[in-house]
Amino acid sequence: MSTPETIDEVRALTEADYKFGFVTELDQEIIPKGLNEDVVRLISAKKNEPAWMLDWRLESYAKWLGMQGEDPTWAKISHPPIDFQDIRYYAAPKSEDDGPKSLDEIDPEILATYEKLGIPLKEQEVLSGVAVDAVFDSVSVATTYKAKLAELGVIFCPFSEAVAEHPELVRKYLGAVVPQGDNFYACLNSAVFSDGSFVFIPEGVRCPMELSTYFRINAAETGQFERTLIIAAPGSYVSYLEGCTAPMRDKNQLHAAVVELIALEDAEIKYSTIQNWYPGDAEGVGGIYNFVTKRGACRGRNAKISWTQVETGAAITWKYPSVLLEAEGAVGEFYSVAVTNNYQQADTGTKMIHLAPNTTSTIISKGISAGRSQNTYRGLVRINPKAHNARNYTQCDSLLIGEECGGHTVPYIQVRNRSARVEHEASASKISDDQMFYCQSRGLGAEDAVSLIVNGFCKEVMKQLPMEFAVEAQKLLGISLEGSVG
Amino acid sequence: MNILEIRNLHASVDGIEILKGLDLTLPVGEVHAIMGPNGSGKSTLAFVLAGRDGYDVTEGEVIYRGKDLLELGIDERAQAGVFLALQYPVEIPGVANSVFLKAAVNAQLRARGEPELDAMDFLKRAKGFLAELEMDQEFLTRPINVGFSGGEKKRNEIFQMAMIEPTLAVLDETDSGLDIDALRIVADGVNRLRAADRAMLVITHYQRLLEHIVPDRVHVMADGRIVRSGGKELALELEEKGYAALNGEKSAA
Repeated sequence: MSTPETIDEVRALTEADYKFGFVTELDQEIIPKGLNEDVVRLISAKKNEPAWMLDWRLESYAKWLGMQGEDPTWAKISHPPIDFQDIRYYAAPKSEDDGPKSLDEIDPEILATYEKLGIPLKEQEVLSGVAVDAVFDSVSVATTYKAKLAELGVIFCPFSEAVAEHPELVRKYLGAVVPQGDNFYACLNSAVFSDGSFVFIPEGVRCPMELSTYFRINAAETGQFERTLIIAAPGSYVSYLEGCTAPMRDKNQLHAAVVELIALEDAEIKYSTIQNWYPGDAEGVGGIYNFVTKRGACRGRNAKISWTQVETGAAITWKYPSVLLEAEGAVGEFYSVAVTNNYQQADTGTKMIHLAPNTTSTIISKGISAGRSQNTYRGLVRINPKAHNARNYTQCDSLLIGEECGGHTVPYIQVRNRSARVEHEASASKISDDQMFYCQSRGLGAEDAVSLIVNGFCKEVMKQLPMEFAVEAQKLLGISLEGSVG
Repeated sequence: MNILEIRNLHASVDGIEILKGLDLTLPVGEVHAIMGPNGSGKSTLAFVLAGRDGYDVTEGEVIYRGKDLLELGIDERAQAGVFLALQYPVEIPGVANSVFLKAAVNAQLRARGEPELDAMDFLKRAKGFLAELEMDQEFLTRPINVGFSGGEKKRNEIFQMAMIEPTLAVLDETDSGLDIDALRIVADGVNRLRAADRAMLVITHYQRLLEHIVPDRVHVMADGRIVRSGGKELALELEEKGYAALNGEKSAA
């Protein structure tokens, strides 16, 4: 498709008051399906990006073209080939002006959708200590409590805003942890990423509230490619939570995000995810392909990065939140609960790369499989030659519900320094009839019993979640396993 | 009024008949003991009453407060007021006792259309019972039965019973594995729960528990049936003569 035609088609669509009557009815600005250089340029133009940003995208796109056929096949997942020309790469709620200036200006339909999801967007929720950067499809539509954060010098804004207002920080750190050509999906994201969150915590500042972003895919057949970058300056601390959800669609949707974390000397980043993308129906039709690259770098001495994830949704989850322990005394943590039911597939884990002395890492993974699902922990612990006295502790537990699911553990351990200490423990168990009977004989229904037992199984991970979200996550575990017994 | 009426109950496990025509009537307000040698079917009776899968009733009926108990699912029986204190309580890692018990108590209250306990009420009641059972309060935060001694597990069952306030309590060999002190504490706990509107079935292998929990009646079970019933003195007689003598007596009769 040539450039003028594309532009025309976009114009036709955007001017035609496009009604997208699925879950949220609002005017949407979308572009035609398919990916080419024009689309990359168009996305960049839509966001009024500076030339350096467009160049970075184009460079990524060129790399991605060179990577065709290199989409990863080593994971224990299966899906039909993805037609990248059958995906729409941009959708944004259409707005008259440049965008909403305050909550009052936001489409009530969007606010109603958020309310259904229980997202604390309104001002009164400042009491709960949550600041929300809500990503609706591709454009961040609301950012709360920005003023309060600004007093401390904390930057928490949509990625596109950071490109415009903090180009020096974005240019310095974008791709610094996940390079453009890191892997097939990260490279695609680098070319077409739409929006996401940007966080900067200044030196010595302890961010006083949980920063939270809810991602939501609303438009059909739209891939969501968000990009998140968090930088914690020396001695700072931030806790960040992302929640994800998507409405029901019978077609698979691609979600290929990239998250980069940079913790400088004595800084700590705690990143929590509750992932509840649409998992497809009980027969395995539809659902999100969640192919995500998340990586953090401990770039200064005694820096700490902690990933906590509760993955209950998505038809397929492919993600390995990792930590590069680049400086002495750095600490990396990965706490994960992955639940699969029906025909869901999860291949998830972490990489802990020890590059400096006295670095430590902890991995606690809890996989729960039910129905006909497949749930794999895949994790790499690498101790490089310079990492004297590095330590790792890994614990992988699988819980199986029913007879037709699979739980797998695939650890890779590479030790190149004799002073390292690496421990790996793994277990696989089933919910026993005795446990079920015990709970039921005390008056609990079968599903409540499963939920209770599963929550107990995951407790070490759940307690890592910020309090406000732990309750929601517990409920989610129960909901995800509905219909898995009896 | 009778809390429980069991008539001609036959039940099988894996196709093997264990209960072979058992009859038993338990009036409200009374405590009955069931004694008998290993393999006589005592625990099977307990599981059949609680509704456990794999215990198949092939004949007979169980009437609980005038209604067919066998029609109800496991949780429905509990919600209707049936409680089984297990011989071997199960471990559930990661689930705090208090979380489990509060969920159970409230599931039952909800099913009966009664208001649920809030955290404060729950804690207040729990602490009271814990003190009576000479149990530490940190017990509430410990995961269910994980790392508990035998005595702690049994006390936990009695504690749950106290919190749940059942109408019919079945205690399956609650005395097994208890030393004398633990036995006294457990028995005291049970005795405190004796009430005019409640009935209890105390299953035991040994007479010694019945020194502490004095039953209104004693039933002797052998080969899947009640073979003798009598007052509390029957337990003493068994202690003296043993089950073998009883069997001899029965075959002679």
